[in-house]
Amino acid sequence: MSVSPKDIKHVANLARLDITQTEIENHTLTLSRILDLVDQMQDIDTDGVEPMSHPKDAGLRMRADKVTETNQREAFQQIAPDVEQGLYLVPKVLD
Amino acid sequence: MPHSKTLAELAAGLRAGDFSSEELTRHFLSRIEQHTELNALITVDAEKALVTAREQDQRLSSDETGELTGIPLLHKDIFCTQGMLTTCGSRMLSNFASPYDATVVNRLKQAGSIILGKTNMDEFAMGSSNETSYYGPVKNPWNPKVVPGGSSGGSAAAVAARLSPFATGTDTGGSIRQPAALCGITGLKPSYGRVSRYGIVAFASSLDQAGPLTISAEDAAIVLNAIAGFDEQDSTSVDALAPDYTATLNNDLSGLKIGLPKEFFSEGVDDEVATLIDQAIKEYEKMGAHLIDVDLPNSNVGIPCYYVIAPAEASSNLSRFDGVRYGYRADEYDDMIDMFKKTRSQGFGEEVKRRIMIGTYALSSGYYDAYYIKAQKLRRLIAEDFERAFEKCDVLMGPTAPTTAFEQGAKIQDPVAMYLNDIFTNSVNLAGLPAISVPAGFDASGLPAGLHIIGRYFDEARILNVAHRYQIETDWHRRIPQGFKQ
Repeated sequence: MSVSPKDIKHVANLARLDITQTEIENHTLTLSRILDLVDQMQDIDTDGVEPMSHPKDAGLRMRADKVTETNQREAFQQIAPDVEQGLYLVPKVLD
Repeated sequence: MPHSKTLAELAAGLRAGDFSSEELTRHFLSRIEQHTELNALITVDAEKALVTAREQDQRLSSDETGELTGIPLLHKDIFCTQGMLTTCGSRMLSNFASPYDATVVNRLKQAGSIILGKTNMDEFAMGSSNETSYYGPVKNPWNPKVVPGGSSGGSAAAVAARLSPFATGTDTGGSIRQPAALCGITGLKPSYGRVSRYGIVAFASSLDQAGPLTISAEDAAIVLNAIAGFDEQDSTSVDALAPDYTATLNNDLSGLKIGLPKEFFSEGVDDEVATLIDQAIKEYEKMGAHLIDVDLPNSNVGIPCYYVIAPAEASSNLSRFDGVRYGYRADEYDDMIDMFKKTRSQGFGEEVKRRIMIGTYALSSGYYDAYYIKAQKLRRLIAEDFERAFEKCDVLMGPTAPTTAFEQGAKIQDPVAMYLNDIFTNSVNLAGLPAISVPAGFDASGLPAGLHIIGRYFDEARILNVAHRYQIETDWHRRIPQGFKQ
């Protein structure tokens, strides 16, 4: 299966990656090669097989609905690129 | 010299008063300083290590000790450590100081060990050669021209060069076992759910597992005793009691049934590696083990299946890196979406971006069933192959990697060639099984090869026992590379 430069641009946008023209060309080549490898999966019949998302089909555990975490806003925001008055700052979204 | 001793021997030496924890810590810190040419470490914290060592010396004199009391170690830079940088080998986290400790870090601290620093690794654990690190490649102590393997390449090189008695690592598709094999040390990947993932920077959440890189299987058992067991902070941690892994190390192996999957001995394996593995298996026959031929018929799609599931989970996990709450943020941007894009494009390296692209593609509308669901169906077939094989045998054996260490730069431009390195390791992660790599000799150019021992789910005790008995009969694990003996 090969991908086109147009596919690459679309996927890069979904993944929120800015890519240059050279990168588009490189990704088009390498992703096509990787997808060729991945396409070997299609040789095996998996009709009726249940998909397995975790080893031993482990599901997520339930816990009691009670507060277990304390507020650590200051510690967490100390490592943020830009904060003011306890809020994370980002470029303006709405005018 | 203390650095030629195993963790178990150092623990005995500390208790006998042959040396103090402070002396031991100084010794390893000076080795780290002497051997910066390996580029095995990203962060060293000598000051804090020495303070902790003095505290542990107090404990040692008061007898409240365990086997790890006063023992220095290195953590792979994927484990969150409070008050010390956790970069994950990436520019994206080059300024990240975690506000908390990973459970593995916390448990090893409680056990009395001393953090010397953090080891270099492939960026976000994506790689098999340690060449994708933002901090530059790690060199293999057996030959500086070849790779140490990856992604826990810094941990493996550091233990092989005896810069630390042991190190931690993580294994998503082979990242503990393959570098252990390529550096001539012991590396254990526990069963999925055995060791907590809390505080480990996530790569592929249904595959990631933490484990030790050590000189011997006995050392791995000691470390596993400290880190295994239920943790309510990890939603897939299994609530089952962990046994004492050192208690069964010496169990007799007569009558052991060793399964040899014919797929592990196929044409892709280097002749010299194949010979070394055959010799290792003969050692087991001498110990009274029986050999049984088994099949893993779907193992040929292990790599394709892994390279859908791992990147898919990675693309989702790595969406958290947006330059808002922590880590790198681009200097210049127009609006919020542009900030995300510039931050991610500048913060991530080439291989990480490639995997995010593959994963995003596999999960995108129109391809989800053909790739992601298909891979999950194959994952079940691969896991069932192992279950069937284990009906006939106790452990499976083969080479850990198809070749010994390859030259730096040989595969970095060819992702598919690089991915094929993990052909024997990543189906084990897909099935969630425990496995260990132990040193099994050297090829003609003096590079080590690893014997891969795979166990039943949650049967770490058995593979540690099987590995330990081999290490009683052989001394491959005690070999130290030229230039690192003194």
